Amino acid sequence: MSQAQETDTTENGVIESVSGPVVTATDLAARMNDVVYVGDEGLMGEVIEIEGKITTIQVYEETSDVAPGEPVESTGEPLSVDLGPGMLDSIYDGVQRPLDVLEEQMGAFLDRGVDAPGIDLEKEWEFEPTVSKGDSVAFGDQVGVVEETVQIDHKVLVPPQYDGGVVAEVHEGEFTVDEPVVVLENGEEIAMRQEWPVREPRPTQEKETPKTPLISGQRILDGMFPIAKGGTAAIPGPFGSGKTVTQHQLAKWADADIVVYVGCGERGNEMTEVIEDFPELEDPVTGNPLMSRTCLIANTSNMPVAARESCVYTGITIAEYYRDMGYDVALMADSTSRWAEAMREISSRLEEMPGEEGYPAYLAARLSEFYERAGKFTNINGTEGSISVIGAVSPPGGDFSEPVTQNTLRIVKTFWALDADLAERRHFPSINWNESYSLYQDQLDPWFRDNVAEDWPEQRQWAVDTLDEESELEEIVQLVGKDALPDDQQLTLEVARYLREAYLQQNAFHDVATFSEPEKTYQMLGAIKAFNDAAFEALEAGVPVDEITEIDAAPRLNRMDTTENYEEFIDELEADIKSQLQEKY
Amino acid sequence: MQKEYKTITEISGPLVFAEVDEPVGYDEMVEIETPNGETRRGQVLESTSTFVAIQVFEGTSGIDKQSSVRFLGETLQMPLTEDLLGRVLSGSGEPIDGGPEIEPDEERPIVGAAINPTAREYPEEFIQTGVSSIDGMNTLVRGQKLPIFSGSGLPHNDLALQIARQATVPEEGEDASEFAVIFGAMGITQEEANEFMDDFERTGALERSIVFMNLADDPAVERTVTPRMALTTAEYLAFEEDYHVLVILTDMTNYCEALREIGAAREEVPGRRGYPGYMYTDLAQLYERAGRIEGRDGSVTQIPILTMPGDDETHPIPDLTGYITEGQVMMDRDLHSQGYEPPVNVLPSLSRLMDDGIGEGLTRGDHADVKDQMFAAYAEGEDLRDLVNIVGREALSERDNRYLDFADRFETEFIDQGFETNRDIDETLDLAWKLLSMFPKTELNRIDEEAIEQYYHEGAETEAEEVTAD
Ligand SMILES: Nc1ncnc2c1ncn2[C@@H]1O[C@H](COP(=O)(O)OP(=O)(O)OP(=O)(O)O)[C@@H](O)[C@H]1O
Ligand SMILES: [Mg+2]
Repeated sequence: MSQAQETDTTENGVIESVSGPVVTATDLAARMNDVVYVGDEGLMGEVIEIEGKITTIQVYEETSDVAPGEPVESTGEPLSVDLGPGMLDSIYDGVQRPLDVLEEQMGAFLDRGVDAPGIDLEKEWEFEPTVSKGDSVAFGDQVGVVEETVQIDHKVLVPPQYDGGVVAEVHEGEFTVDEPVVVLENGEEIAMRQEWPVREPRPTQEKETPKTPLISGQRILDGMFPIAKGGTAAIPGPFGSGKTVTQHQLAKWADADIVVYVGCGERGNEMTEVIEDFPELEDPVTGNPLMSRTCLIANTSNMPVAARESCVYTGITIAEYYRDMGYDVALMADSTSRWAEAMREISSRLEEMPGEEGYPAYLAARLSEFYERAGKFTNINGTEGSISVIGAVSPPGGDFSEPVTQNTLRIVKTFWALDADLAERRHFPSINWNESYSLYQDQLDPWFRDNVAEDWPEQRQWAVDTLDEESELEEIVQLVGKDALPDDQQLTLEVARYLREAYLQQNAFHDVATFSEPEKTYQMLGAIKAFNDAAFEALEAGVPVDEITEIDAAPRLNRMDTTENYEEFIDELEADIKSQLQEKY
Repeated sequence: MQKEYKTITEISGPLVFAEVDEPVGYDEMVEIETPNGETRRGQVLESTSTFVAIQVFEGTSGIDKQSSVRFLGETLQMPLTEDLLGRVLSGSGEPIDGGPEIEPDEERPIVGAAINPTAREYPEEFIQTGVSSIDGMNTLVRGQKLPIFSGSGLPHNDLALQIARQATVPEEGEDASEFAVIFGAMGITQEEANEFMDDFERTGALERSIVFMNLADDPAVERTVTPRMALTTAEYLAFEEDYHVLVILTDMTNYCEALREIGAAREEVPGRRGYPGYMYTDLAQLYERAGRIEGRDGSVTQIPILTMPGDDETHPIPDLTGYITEGQVMMDRDLHSQGYEPPVNVLPSLSRLMDDGIGEGLTRGDHADVKDQMFAAYAEGEDLRDLVNIVGREALSERDNRYLDFADRFETEFIDQGFETNRDIDETLDLAWKLLSMFPKTELNRIDEEAIEQYYHEGAETEAEEVTAD
């Protein structure tokens, strides 16, 4: 969290009432959204309503024992984050307090009233300037780089509030984040740290149409419902259907430069899992530890609810900062429903007029403002960067007709519908192929044609059609049994079964299966199609369907996924399938 | 020391409103003395400079405007000591077993603080419950929160007791930490309470247990305190005294009803089906108090039990619970009526921490694959049951018939083990192999080929065919 608040404290107010995370104060000179310190312990809060003499504050910490009459201090600054080197490989709470620093200060359990800067103010970083004396720089321009992690060069940019101008001084070497590294002739000093209010998008030049996929290594996503770099996606699903595992898979394997993972109102152990796993896992492209490109924000379900409301903003602001450096950033928010519920809880304590299902009337607006911060952009400094946002949604009772799911679907362009029924039978990822969609498909197809295979879209369409046909045939089978179907339809069912079991299913916990590069995805589908084509040829030549499905090469389709040297395996398999079938006629 | 007020202005359900002229802390404890000398305890729900709203734990009957109100200047605390083991306490922590007064080593606020995720240790130690449907299919690990979703009249208590009795961590060294059970009862009947107490006494488990009893005829509001007392005690034993604590909370449904009652009395805008909008957060503040902490030897494992109103899994109580806990064990009315014990339906059950808690060195190398294959086969067999009712067995292929037989044997041999049978993990997995060997090897597509070579029962496949042919 930003430290600026401590400097210019203005007038004090007095607590009038306390009810859970909502506190009212009288005589407080503060503006809307200003950060304030509440009570004798100085609990951090934010102004959310001003009415006459009464100021209403949401408090980011537990309010037990806080009493009317205690002081409230305003900082005169809105809720901001610290931006600078050191954010990667970090884990923050919802208001950007580093959780490891909090642990050092207060032990295993989170206490309150403790403050800590979002980035280490003591640590020195090797600053390498990219401008020289006499150069002229505008806001947003890069003035130097810092090696933030083994993987990421952190670009130091002129803060947006600056006028810019001619460079007067350049310092090279080791500095703390607050020491000026570049000074302009107009007196403006540029340090490695800057601040930005979380509720305000950072400026850009232009939003563009994204044309590159965010490759996730998950077949059902890349192969069927791809998201673009700069795109938006929602994963709604009932509990236990795979939202978090999918988000973790994306955080691990997506080919973004930077990953911001926001655990919003979910389980403590899930964050611990990331903290323990990511430093050990390697980026499949660079081989560096995954943590070196990752920033974690954790406001677990038992942490204060107001900080849950702010954690998505903290996350997206950090994402924007890396985008400004020209990086492709992917942000996962698990779960946006908890964020919406935090809004609802605060709103009901304010006794605002409730909208649908008790959510505030501004729910839809907040959701779309948030997803609007995603996109592929031309930055102020002319570089290109993107933010992809993937939001999990947790609909009550798994019913997608509820307000958060519906309002989200109106905004996002990729919909990965999780299905309790598939999860129950342990078909993972339990993404329903009939309900899900990606509106990016057409704009991404050229990329897949150029970079993977010319017939990528056609092959995908074949799979989609086969699965469609299967769901129609299943309805008949439910009435008469499979054996009553004509041979060709029985064969289609068999092919569809391989599509589901060998292609769409992907075990996130298997060392090899967990990541499927686009080439593998393409070849696996190709192998099933090769089986399909050869099998139908055999059928036409008069081979009975039972004999076709019984060839012993076919079940090996199910092993493509877990085979390390898949290319060799698939070549051999396709050849065996062909020859075994041809033997029959 | 604290000022006494006789300023009650309103009494409504479990709430009392009183005027004050000095500041009172939010959440602070309150004592109300009725004119005939009874003392009730409560807690501040809202505090302003002129009035406070108080939630009274022991019910408001008998309180009138003449009653006096005293603010104790601190939040509700639980007295803590290792000597609590073996004791039976009321739902608000008072001894009710006729034993000596509790002499606490320390007191802690029952609200509890969140464990910093960086301080947590990811749970991955397999707990063997001896129940195949859990160990084999939905493995429990130390530090997990795994509720039992049940319905009224189903034997969830028997399962909870079986787990409490049989739970061990195999291959644990001599210097292993001790095991303790904390039992938090909320609004259960005397009969149910007896069932637990008798079992604890019969097996000698009471010595290493602490019981918190809020029965059906005890005040409902007290139920909001009971699990917090139980969990504060659990954290103390686990993280100060190095115990592995198993917390059984029953029945969470009664807890949630109490929350709803308080919400209604406060005239809050209700959320889904009349339950408070903050119920997710409230429940999370209980369920998240499970886990392991780096550098501490003990652990808190939670098995909350809830009865789903109308057996409806989408009801807010099971729904919100499922969104917080690390899986669920689902009791099934059909399996129960067929006499299977314990009637666990493995398909909608889930253990999310299973993946890291099983495998080579933890359970057995083939466990994950076997589990996947068993799930897939049972799901397929289950599906076919609907179809067979319509078209008959003869219309099904040989392959389909095999899956049907598998589903039957899965239930009669794997699930139906009885509440007294304790199977170790090898027995459970060997049984699984026996059943899976009904299928030809090529059908076992989720299992590693080496494992098939090692464990597949040759000949069982034909055996199964003969059974079908009969
Ligand atoms: N791709 C996958 N491969 C293997 N297992 C999976 C996969 N996806 C989900 N699972 C299984 O499903 C379980 C539940 O998944 P997950 O925790 O992601 O659910 P969720 O939708 O996030 O639930 P909640 O809303 O309660 O958080 C996991 O613990 C895992 O066992
Ligand atoms: Mg989840």
